[in-house]
Amino acid sequence: MNIKLLKLLSKDSRTSTADLATMLGISEEEVRAEIAEMEHEGIIRGYKAVIDWDRLDSAYVSAIIELKVTPKAGLGFEDVAAKVMKYPEVESVYLMSGVYDLNVVVKGKTFQEVAKFVAKELSTIESVNSTATHFVLRRYKELDVELLGTGKDERGSYLL
Amino acid sequence: MDYSKILSPTVQSIKPSGIRKYFDIADSMEGVISLGVGEPDFPTPWEIRKAGILSLESGKTRYTSNWGMEQLRAEICRYMNRKYSLSYEPKTDVLVTVGGSEAIDACIRAITSPGDEIIIPQPSYVCYQPIVALAGGTPVIIETTAEHDFKLTPEALRSAITPKTKALIMPYPCNPTGGIMNRQDLEAVAEVLRGTDIFVISDEIYSELTFGGNSHVSIASIDGMHERTVVVNGFSKTFSMTGWRLGFACGPAPIMKQITKIHQFAIMCAPTTSQYAAIEALKNGDEAVKTMREEYDMRRRLIVNGFNKIGLTCREPLGAFYAFPCIRSTGLSSDEFCERLLYAEKVAVVPGTAFGQGGEGFVRASYCYSTQHIKEALSRIDRFLKSLQK
Repeated sequence: MNIKLLKLLSKDSRTSTADLATMLGISEEEVRAEIAEMEHEGIIRGYKAVIDWDRLDSAYVSAIIELKVTPKAGLGFEDVAAKVMKYPEVESVYLMSGVYDLNVVVKGKTFQEVAKFVAKELSTIESVNSTATHFVLRRYKELDVELLGTGKDERGSYLL
Repeated sequence: MDYSKILSPTVQSIKPSGIRKYFDIADSMEGVISLGVGEPDFPTPWEIRKAGILSLESGKTRYTSNWGMEQLRAEICRYMNRKYSLSYEPKTDVLVTVGGSEAIDACIRAITSPGDEIIIPQPSYVCYQPIVALAGGTPVIIETTAEHDFKLTPEALRSAITPKTKALIMPYPCNPTGGIMNRQDLEAVAEVLRGTDIFVISDEIYSELTFGGNSHVSIASIDGMHERTVVVNGFSKTFSMTGWRLGFACGPAPIMKQITKIHQFAIMCAPTTSQYAAIEALKNGDEAVKTMREEYDMRRRLIVNGFNKIGLTCREPLGAFYAFPCIRSTGLSSDEFCERLLYAEKVAVVPGTAFGQGGEGFVRASYCYSTQHIKEALSRIDRFLKSLQK
C-alpha cells in the first residue's frame, strides 16, 4: 500500500500515471499495479469531482441529520445504518460518539424536500427514536478544497 | 538638489536587481504564471502560528535580550547539535537575527575592513556582493560550473586566494543552482582553509531542503572548521516562516560578541512574537518540515523531468527549491530567453545572470508551486520552445 500515492490521488485523482510515476520515483507500471491493487482491495473506492454547486442555478440544499437510534440486539447500529444509506438522498452516514448515534448528510432540491424526506422516511424507520435536522447555509470548504477566496498567489515577486 | 552628491558613491554604485524589470512587466500582464518566487507556498505550520498568537495573547510584546531569548538560543543549540552535530554555547555563541539576511550582513560587516577580499562562489544569492561592497571589501567571484554540479572545488578556491583574502562565503545548499556540498566536497575545501586565517561565513538557510538521500553537512562540522566558521541559518525556508523575519548566526564567542554589537545598534532585537513561534518550530516542527520536504521533492522530480523532456537540460538539483535548467540549446541569452518567454507565453522565470555572470545560459525556476501550476508552466515553455524552432 503506497500512502504517498494515495495522498497524491486524494489531492488530484486526475493526475496522469506518468506524472505520478515521476513524482514518486517509480515506474508507470508500478503506479498502475498499485492503483489496481488498491481498487481491488477496496482501499480506493471511487474518483469524484469537487463541485461548488452554489455557483450554479441548480444548487441543492443539504442538511446534517442527527439520529438517535435504539440499537438492535446482535446487530447494533448496522441494521439501521444499512437501511439509511440505501436512500439516494443520503450522501453519507457515520456512527458517532456522543449524544446521538448516526450522523446522516442528506441533500435535496429544496428545504421542503429535505424536510419531507426526514419526516416521511428517516424518522419513520423502526428503532429511530428522534431526529434533529441542521441545514447547511453555506459551504466554505469541501473535501479539502476552499470554495471561498480568489486562490490568488499573494507572494510578491522579489528576487530571493 | 543634487542627490548624487548627497548619496554615498558606494551605495550609488550598487546595481539594482536586474530582474526587477521582468517582474514589473509580469505584474502589468494578465494571466501570467510565475516560477519566479523564492519563498514557500505553504503557510507556517499551524502549531507554530499558534505559539506566536499565544505569546501575543499573553502580552509578550516587549524587547528581548539583544542576543535573542535565552530559551530560543538554547533550542537553537540543541537543534544545531541534533541536526548537524555542531556544539554551541547558548549564552555566547548564538545571535538571533532578523532573518538570515541580517545575520549575513552583520557577519560580513563585522569581519570586513576596507581592501579585504571576500570570496563568493556564484551563481548564488544576490546579497553577498553588495553587502561586501558596502562594508568596503572587495568581492572576489568564483564561477562554479554545471560540469562540477555548481560545487566549489578546492582548485578554484586555491586560485582565488590572495594575501588579502579575509573570508569565504559558502552558499550551500545553493540558490539558484540547487547545488549542495557533501562531506567529501567540504573536506576538500577545508583542506585548503585549515592553517590559513581565512574565515568562513556559511549560509545554510536551505539546510533542511536537501533531496535524493542527501542530508545537509555543515562545513563547521568538518575537522578544524568550527573555530573559523560562522553558520547562518533561519526559519524562513525550513519552517515556511518568511514573513516572520527570523534567522540566527552561530560561531566562535569572540566573533559573535562583535557581530552582536552591530545587531544591537542596528536592530535592538529580533521580533519577539517570531521568537516565541520559533521555539515551537524547533521543539516540535520536525514532522511538518518532513511533510513539506516530501511535497517539494515530488514537485522537484516533476519539474526536472519536465524540463528534460521538453529539451532543456536540467541537472538534478539536490538542495533548495529551484531547478536551474540550461537554455543554451535555444541560442538565446538568459535575458532574452526570459523576456521572450514572458511576452510569448506569459511565464516568468529568472535569468541565471541575476545571480552572477556565471549564470549565463541558465534560468532559475522555483518549484514552490502546486503541481498543476508547474505542469501548466512547463507546457507553456514547451510551446515557446517549439515556436523558436519554426
